[in-house]
Amino acid sequence: MSSREPRASGYFRSSYDQGLRLIETRMQWTALMLFLAALGTFPFIATSFQLDLACQVFLAAIGSIALMLLTGYAGQVSLGHAGLIAAGAFTAGILFKEFGAAFWITIPAAAVVGALIGLIFGLPSLRLRGLYLAVSTLALHFIVVYLGGEYETKRGFSTGIMIDAPRIGDLLIRDRKIWYFVLLAFAAVSLLISLNLLRSRTGRAWAAIRSHETIAEALGIGVPAHKLLAFVISSSMTAVAGALFAYYRGFVSVEAFSLFLSIQYVAMIIIGGMGSLLGAILGAIFVTLLPYMIEYAVGFLPNARSYAGMLAAFNYAAFGIVMILFLVFEPQGLVGIWRRVQNYFLLWPFKQKPLGGSRK
Amino acid sequence: MQLAINIAVLAAIYALIACGYVLIYRVSRVLNLAHGELMMLSAYLLLTTASLFSKNPLIAIAAAIFLSLCVGVLVYLFLMRRMTGEMVLAAVLTTVALGVLLRGLVVLVWSAQQQNPAQALGWVNYSIPVFGGRISAAGAALIITTALVYAGLFLFLRFSRYGIRMRAAGQNPLLAAQRGISLHAIYALAWGLSTLTGALAGILISLDSGLDSTMVLIGLKAFPAALVGGLDSLVGALIGSLIIAAAEVLMIYYVDALLSDVVPFLVLILMLVVRPWGLFGTREELDRV
Repeated sequence: MSSREPRASGYFRSSYDQGLRLIETRMQWTALMLFLAALGTFPFIATSFQLDLACQVFLAAIGSIALMLLTGYAGQVSLGHAGLIAAGAFTAGILFKEFGAAFWITIPAAAVVGALIGLIFGLPSLRLRGLYLAVSTLALHFIVVYLGGEYETKRGFSTGIMIDAPRIGDLLIRDRKIWYFVLLAFAAVSLLISLNLLRSRTGRAWAAIRSHETIAEALGIGVPAHKLLAFVISSSMTAVAGALFAYYRGFVSVEAFSLFLSIQYVAMIIIGGMGSLLGAILGAIFVTLLPYMIEYAVGFLPNARSYAGMLAAFNYAAFGIVMILFLVFEPQGLVGIWRRVQNYFLLWPFKQKPLGGSRK
Repeated sequence: MQLAINIAVLAAIYALIACGYVLIYRVSRVLNLAHGELMMLSAYLLLTTASLFSKNPLIAIAAAIFLSLCVGVLVYLFLMRRMTGEMVLAAVLTTVALGVLLRGLVVLVWSAQQQNPAQALGWVNYSIPVFGGRISAAGAALIITTALVYAGLFLFLRFSRYGIRMRAAGQNPLLAAQRGISLHAIYALAWGLSTLTGALAGILISLDSGLDSTMVLIGLKAFPAALVGGLDSLVGALIGSLIIAAAEVLMIYYVDALLSDVVPFLVLILMLVVRPWGLFGTREELDRV
C-alpha cells in the first residue's frame, strides 16, 4: 500500500522490512502526529453541532471503508449496503429491547450477524458477476429491511425502537465528546484492519480477483472462498457501524434504511475514488457534509424561507448532480484530484510523469 | 374472478414498465435503474399539459407522451452517450444518479403532495363489471395499452428497418457500426421508446390511483419481472410480469399484505439462484462466472 512512487526525495528502501512499514519517513511520522493532535483537540474547541457532524463522518467512514474493501478492492458490487447497516442496527436494537444486553455484547453480536448476512449476500456472487450481482444485493436489501419492519410491527414498536445510551464499565456514553472519541476509535480500528488486510495475502488475492477471475483461479487463489471472505469482512464491519449508528441516534426504525442510503454509500466510494482507502474517507466526509452545505447555500437564495420545506428535494437534486458530475468528468474521484495536485508539485517544473520504462 | 382481474391488471402494469428495461438492455446492455423515476416524470408532465390543454384531455395526454419521448432522447444525448464504452457498472450508476436527481426535481417543480391527474383532466375513473368481477376504466385501458404496445414492439422489431437495426446493434455493436448503422441514433431511439412506454405506464397508473413518489417503487418492482423473463427478451418480460403479478396478488390475498413489496424481490433472488439468465434470456451473452 505504501509503495507508491515517487517519493518526494531522498528516501530509498534498503531492506524488505522497510517495504512492509505503514509509515516510512520521519516526515510522515510528524504529519501523523500533527493530524492525531488535531483530531484530539478538535472536540474541545468545536461546537456541539460540529461534533455531531464529526461523529456522523466517522460512522459513514466505517461503512464506506467496508464497502470500499468489497467493491473497490475485491471488485464485488453491492447495492445492498443499507440492508447491512439495518441488520447491525436491528441486532443492537432487538438485543437491547428483548434481553437488555449491554454494549459489549451487542456490538460483537452485530458483527456476527453481519458476517452471517454477508455470507448470504455473498452466495450469489459465486454464480453471478457485475450487474446481476448488484441486482441480487439490491433484492436482499429489500428483504432485510422488510424483516426489520415486520419485527417492528409484530412487536408493536411501529414507530421505532428506543435504545438507551450505552455504558462501558462506569462510563456512560452520552456526551457528544465521549461519543466523538468512541467513534473515532472504531473508525481508526477499521481503517487499521483494512490497511493490514490489504497488504496481506488476502488483499492481494482480492486485487487478483478484481482484475481477472480466471487468472486468479489459475494462480491458485481460492476464488469462491476469497469472495465470500470479502463479503463477510465487509458486512460485519458495516453491521458494527449500523449498531453504533443505532446507539448514537438512540433510535432504530426501518425508515432510516431506504435504498437511498445504499446509493449514498455507493456514491461515497465513487466520489472518493475507487480502490483507495483515503478515497473512502474523503467520500464519507463529502457525502455526509453535502446536505449541510446545501442547506447553507439555499440560505443565500432570495426568499430562502419559502424553500425551507423543500430542503430534502434540494438535497436529492444536488446529490444526483454531484454524482453524475463525478461519474462523467472525474471517474477517479476526489483521490484522483488529490493525486493530480500532488503530482503537480512533485514533478514541477515538469508536467508529465516519466514513462514506465525510465522509472528508477 | 376478481383475483384473476387484479392479477391481469397488475401484470399489465409490470409488463408495460418491464418492456422499457428490456428495450434499453437489449440494445445497449445498460440497465436503466432510473426507469421508475422517468415514468414518474412523465406522469407529472401530464399534470402540466393537463392544465395547458384543459379543454382537450386527449391532446394533453398525447403532448405528455411526446414530451416523454423527447426526455428519453435528451437523456441519452446529454448523459448516457458519454457513458457508452465505459464500464457497464459506471453507466448503471449514472442512471441511479439520474434517478436521484429526477426525484428531487419532481418535488421541487410539482411539490410532494399526492396529485390526481384524472381530476385535472376532468375524468372519472368508472368501474366496469366484467365476468362477475369489477375492473376500473384505467385498469382496462392499461391491459389494452399493454397488448397494443407489445404487438407494436414485436412488429417494429421484426419488420421495420429501424427495428432490425436495433436488433443488430444489440447483437453485435461493432459489426452493426461497420455496416453503417449509426449506433448513437439507435441508442437514442431505444431510450426514447423506452421512456415512451414508461410514460404510458406512468400516465395510466396515475390516472388509476393518483400520483406521488411511491410510483418509483412500482417501477423498481417491475424490474424483477423483466429479469425473471430474461433481460433481453420481450416475450420473457410478458411472462415474467404474469409470474410476478400472480405471486404478489396471491401472497397479499392469502398470506400478508405487508409482503407485497418484497415478493417480487424474493422471486428475483430465486430466479438468480436457479437460472440467472431468466426464462427466455440468451445464456451465452450473460456475464456469468
